[in-house]
Amino acid sequence: MAMDYILEVKNLYKYYPGVKAVDDVSFSIPYGICFGLLGPNGAGKTTTIEVIEGIQKPDRGIILYKGKQRDHHFKQEVGIQLQHTELQQYLTVKEILLTFRNLYSRRANLDELVSLCYLEEIVDRDNRKISGGQKQRLLLAIALANDPELLFLDEPTTGLDPQARRHVWDIVQSIKKKGKTIILTTHYMEEAQTLCDVVAIMDHGKIIAMDSPINLLNKHCRGVTITLPSSVDENILHKMSCEWFKVNNTIEIHTQEPHDCLRLLIDNNVDITGMVVRSQNLEDLFLKLTGTQLRA
Amino acid sequence: MLYRIWTIFIARTKEFYRDRSALGWNIIFPLLIIIGFSVVFRSESQPVLKVGIIKPENVVTGNVDTKQFNEFMKLKYIDFIEFGLKENAIDSLQKFKIDMVIDCKSGAYYINDSSPNGYLAEQLLKGAGSSQNAFAKHSLQGRGIRYVEWLFPGILGMNAMFNSLYGVGYVLVMYRKNGILKRFSVAPIRPFEFLTGQIVSRMFVMLATTAVVYIGTVLLYGFQCKGSLFTLFLVFTLGGFCMISLGLLIASRSDSQEFADGLINIITWPMMFLSQVWFSLEGARPWVQKVSQLLPLTPIVEGARMVMNEGATLFDIRYQLLYLLIISCVFLILGSILFRWQRR
Repeated sequence: MAMDYILEVKNLYKYYPGVKAVDDVSFSIPYGICFGLLGPNGAGKTTTIEVIEGIQKPDRGIILYKGKQRDHHFKQEVGIQLQHTELQQYLTVKEILLTFRNLYSRRANLDELVSLCYLEEIVDRDNRKISGGQKQRLLLAIALANDPELLFLDEPTTGLDPQARRHVWDIVQSIKKKGKTIILTTHYMEEAQTLCDVVAIMDHGKIIAMDSPINLLNKHCRGVTITLPSSVDENILHKMSCEWFKVNNTIEIHTQEPHDCLRLLIDNNVDITGMVVRSQNLEDLFLKLTGTQLRA
Repeated sequence: MLYRIWTIFIARTKEFYRDRSALGWNIIFPLLIIIGFSVVFRSESQPVLKVGIIKPENVVTGNVDTKQFNEFMKLKYIDFIEFGLKENAIDSLQKFKIDMVIDCKSGAYYINDSSPNGYLAEQLLKGAGSSQNAFAKHSLQGRGIRYVEWLFPGILGMNAMFNSLYGVGYVLVMYRKNGILKRFSVAPIRPFEFLTGQIVSRMFVMLATTAVVYIGTVLLYGFQCKGSLFTLFLVFTLGGFCMISLGLLIASRSDSQEFADGLINIITWPMMFLSQVWFSLEGARPWVQKVSQLLPLTPIVEGARMVMNEGATLFDIRYQLLYLLIISCVFLILGSILFRWQRR
């Protein structure tokens, strides 16, 4: 039933000269979940999200919001955080928030917004004099200024240090608890695994896999990843029945039989100093599906 | 809708007045020009003199001493401008557009007693050709205007032009380049509402700074506005609106501040010279005068000058106001049609 989904995207296409930025993308997002678009730079995540937001026009495809074509209510009801946004100079954090909040007919409580996004200490500070993490939280607060039902977050933690990233994650978790629907793009697999209920992995404008992170891992990545220095003799690697990849200066072996794999390496006198063995994650899945790194 | 326009107005106005350098520059720059010119023209004359010659077609030389007149006419660096009617020549002299009038028919010359150039022109005429001065002197009755008084409305108009074009044109291009416009485009605000907020804010800022400069100059020099201040306010309101609309047109698409800066320069420099801010175009070639009449700064400067120096009424400057209104609408409509929130 159409109204089970807050957003439905059907056969979406967006072309740039010589590039299929979005190539037959379809997905449906139920109410109250966090939906992640995961992929490397240039995969088409931002174009997809900007077409849905109305910033760009699709070449083909259908976008339904609450079962209907988007109308003037759409802008009133959604919250949007863009990548790389500058703000008006000389205005304080509070003034910026009020400026955007006053543009909507439904307005979030200002004090709650400030508290939710940890902006208390900088609320009267000129927005040019806040840190990168603080600015990202301010942009998030702007996106929440209308207490939106659907929130778009385009790479909200790119360029942030680990602590600032954690702060943003905490805020997103709090928003999720309020029952809001979130669409998030990221190229951090850890972020997708932590925040998203459903993940669509994109590459070259197409969705190549889509499910919950746990299902995706169970389905495609039940084994472990063994990482070795790249000095290993490739002839030995060819003797293995499992997949292996050259990643930067390392060799990554994906296997469901780590015992057999390790035995073969030891029998062939491979130096296993510096070897790392870990469970597989979405980044390994991406490597497996595309043969390239997620953060390439 | 009004609340959203008000929101944009407040944000933009705060952004401007907190930018101390821009605020200071908008007030100090025109004051410095006026002070500078008043100092310069207290001790020196203009390099080029303009002398009106009343020479009806049926009169060849009249009662003038031909030798003195011919020698005077041979002098370099003087523009001789022929007038058919004495009234027109005297009117131009009173308005400081020319420095002297020689009436060939009656053998008389006219100068403005408060004009340093008039004095110089008189001395040159007296020394030309013979030791005997064949012309009879006439001084104009009543108070003439000083060059600085003549210049003042032009400086105010020029300030309104720069204030409007850079305050809207340049700022919108910067907003587009930095993604600020893109951020507003995803909020529920229409381009019309956003741009109206910008226009009203800039009008307010422009009129406020013009008022400060006006009051400052009146206090410094004791200038008088011969016409009504309301009419003058109307000239600058409509003039500012016209320039802001032109700024919107310039900023409708570009995301390059360098390009916008170049475009504003290309537009403003000809207006600076051809709209009679610094000097009169009396005697200039007819096509130059026609081009001047088309420029948006010309009706602003003309209107302000007529109100301030001549005491013109609203009815007297109706053509200037009407022209400003028409081209404002053209600029605004074109700017709105071409307007784009974001860079390509």
